Amino acid sequence: MTREEITAGLAEILEEVAGVNPEDVSEEKSFTEDLDVDSLSMVEVVVAAEEKFGVKIPDDEVQNLKTVGDAVNFILKG
Amino acid sequence: MLLEGKKILVTGVITDQSIAFSVAKLALEQGAEIVLTAYPRPTLVERIAKRLPTTPPVIPLDVTNPEELAGLADKVKEYLPTLDGVVHSIGFAPQTALGGNFLETPWEDVATALHASTYSYKSLAAALLPLLQPGGSVVGLTFDATVSYPVYDWMGVAKAGLESASRYLARYLGEKGIRSNLVSAGPLRSMAAKSIPGFEKFEESWAERAPLRWELTNQEPAAKAVIALLSDWFPATTGEIVHVDGGYHAMAG
Ligand SMILES: NC(=O)c1ccc[n+]([C@@H]2O[C@H](COP(=O)([O-])OP(=O)(O)OC[C@H]3O[C@@H](n4cnc5c(N)ncnc54)[C@H](O)[C@@H]3O)[C@@H](O)[C@H]2O)c1
Repeated sequence: MTREEITAGLAEILEEVAGVNPEDVSEEKSFTEDLDVDSLSMVEVVVAAEEKFGVKIPDDEVQNLKTVGDAVNFILKG
Repeated sequence: MLLEGKKILVTGVITDQSIAFSVAKLALEQGAEIVLTAYPRPTLVERIAKRLPTTPPVIPLDVTNPEELAGLADKVKEYLPTLDGVVHSIGFAPQTALGGNFLETPWEDVATALHASTYSYKSLAAALLPLLQPGGSVVGLTFDATVSYPVYDWMGVAKAGLESASRYLARYLGEKGIRSNLVSAGPLRSMAAKSIPGFEKFEESWAERAPLRWELTNQEPAAKAVIALLSDWFPATTGEIVHVDGGYHAMAG
């Protein structure tokens, strides 16, 4: 998968789970500050991303995923 | 299989680290039919439910909401005609009630903690009583409330109340042949636990004092005890608290 495909996949999840407008989603955006994703929605975003991309995102890692780009990097590695 | 043919309602699944997730998984493996309840994000619980061996139905339920409780038995009946077991795996306290703020916590926040964590044990059982069969079993989760801990604060008071409420439920449901018991688990890294500021303080001391040691990320020992209490293998046990804590509670240091 390319970075763009993963970002688009994350945008879909963010729209479904947290009602984020997909057009607002880009790599430099912070989940909590720019996209207003609350902590429980973030838990669901992570679960949905694990299913969609077939990766395991450990709890300790979630705190490091501040921006959409951080998540893209993690998913690419996984 | 320990729960062959049994019908069980399991509350409290929110992530796959929930104690209730392990309970649900083992219950299915032991032959039970189950329904889950979900709060406050049913969509999250539905996603997590797909990680179980078979995907059970999910019913939204805020256990502090009287209307939702009043409609619960009918909703359960859409999936299961009767129940043999109910698992209460619910705890909540506002941040002001935890973390060393004991002397400052206002009553409203204490009341919220007691409503969700203590009174709800009775409310849930009462709401499901019309479905519960003789020989049925209600099981809840506590954190040994006979002593105080750092940072656990009003949640500890709520748990002391829960332990008492379970003994009273045992008293009032006994004539119907229904049991009420609690599993007193050691600390486990669930979402609820991680929301307690300073939770690490238990983690260090527990593994050191418990003669059997203690794994902070293994929910299965606590879940196995819940399954045992749901089964027919504790037919004359009610009002009991089974410690699944590596032996910590029995040691003085
Ligand atoms: N994790 C531990 O260290 C530990 C130790 C001993 C006992 N316990 C107890 O085990 C039980 C389950 O907790 P857990 O550790 O699995 O954490 P968890 O965060 O996975 O589960 C807590 C559950 O409580 C539910 N809940 C909170 N308020 C609710 C409400 N108003 N209506 C319905 N549900 C509500 C949440 O939805 C969540 O599913 C709790 O009673 C907890 O106090 C936990």
